[in-house]
Amino acid sequence: MKEKTTKRLDGRKIDELREMEAQVGVIKRADGSAMFRIGKTKAIAAVYGPRALHPTFMRNPETGILRCNYNMMSFSTGERVRPGPSRRSKEISLVTENALMPVLDLKEYPNAVVDVFIELIQADAGTRCAGITAAAMALADAGFIMKDLVSAISVGKVGKQIVVDLDKEEEDFEGGATDIPIAMTPRNGEITLLQMDGEISKDELMKAIEMGKEACLKIYELQKNALREKYI
Amino acid sequence: MTLLVNEKKIVVPGEEIAEGMDFLPAKGTYRDGDKIISAQLGLVNVNGRLIRVIPLTGRYIPKVGDTIIGKIVNITMNGWLVDIGYAYEAFLTLKEGTTEFVERNEDLSKYYDFEDIIVAKIINVSKSKSIDLTTKGPGLRKLNNGRIINVTPSKVPRIIGKQGSMITLVKDATQCRITVGQNGVVWLQGEPEQEIKAIEAIKMIDEKAHIEGLTDEMKKFLGYEGKPKDFEVEDVGEENEREDN
Repeated sequence: MKEKTTKRLDGRKIDELREMEAQVGVIKRADGSAMFRIGKTKAIAAVYGPRALHPTFMRNPETGILRCNYNMMSFSTGERVRPGPSRRSKEISLVTENALMPVLDLKEYPNAVVDVFIELIQADAGTRCAGITAAAMALADAGFIMKDLVSAISVGKVGKQIVVDLDKEEEDFEGGATDIPIAMTPRNGEITLLQMDGEISKDELMKAIEMGKEACLKIYELQKNALREKYI
Repeated sequence: MTLLVNEKKIVVPGEEIAEGMDFLPAKGTYRDGDKIISAQLGLVNVNGRLIRVIPLTGRYIPKVGDTIIGKIVNITMNGWLVDIGYAYEAFLTLKEGTTEFVERNEDLSKYYDFEDIIVAKIINVSKSKSIDLTTKGPGLRKLNNGRIINVTPSKVPRIIGKQGSMITLVKDATQCRITVGQNGVVWLQGEPEQEIKAIEAIKMIDEKAHIEGLTDEMKKFLGYEGKPKDFEVEDVGEENEREDN
């Protein structure tokens, strides 16, 4: 009972998201682009394509393919991030692809590739979620046929409390923290990304996912408004 | 039974447009249960029972019969490769590219050289999206001089207008020759000042394509009075217009 009233490290409620901002069309030369900021985490996504795919052996004559590239800029965190692909960024690029692919239909573009570049210009936890959220907006901005958008948020357990949208301070909490990034299609609530780092019981996990779904709907509203605002 | 969003409203992918089995999903939409959902960022268009979404953005998707403006990017043994703004280059065969007799081992660059801009028609799009072009036909030719601008391909119908009304207005007001390719490439030629004015006008149509009453606004912008006359049909862009908007 006592836990319910405890404030989080930055004074937020347990299901409160950080301040958010979304903008579409931030990169003029790209076919579609978007920026998404949540708290101090800021992601920019740019979509190029469909375009010719190289190396050619990766071409698929049945359908176009989606290629994501997640990258944290060297100055995005307190400690310098070594530029170039790392084990971590490769993994996140892959899960981002898998998170976005269920809503996309690239059958119209056989042998071609759609490139999505996600750059984190400032990172404060929840970067892959911010990246997926921005990438979904950028793909819609590029005019692709999509079943739905994708919204993503990280939920988790800090100490003994289930919270939504962890920041870096909470992620590094000494009493132990579990981080669960979730991506879902907001309309029918299908989960397209679910990862976990840490320990959590089954009941708590289910509760965390429910909270995450609600948070995703809030992000979805912001995404919709940002896409409309470009055209007023 | 009911429309959940009004016509001409901007919808994003995943947004519910209508409910009930009376409506049918057309381009840019799909059905899920008894709802019709948008699958693209665009404007809602209701035509009788059909509901579709007119895209606001997006790359050009080649269709048979489209007149396009492309650039020669490569010359092969038996034809030319043309960049038409799609993922892959289109192919213009020797047979479709010229009516003359071509000697064996002749230099093909004397017909179309690298960087030449041509108006061509798409005659075939295969399943794996290999595109064949032809330059045989009225108005299909190599373009010399003039200017090239790019616009959003999905807004080409708006730039042309109903029965070519919009583009005729721009042509009449600026006295420029204009050809609009379905792939969003516009070629124009005229007096330098008038060219700039026409470019501004076309860019304006591109930006404000989804706003109603654009024709009147354009008339005001171009300072044009009177009705658009029947313009000498010399450009092919209009032949291919679609009554989309």
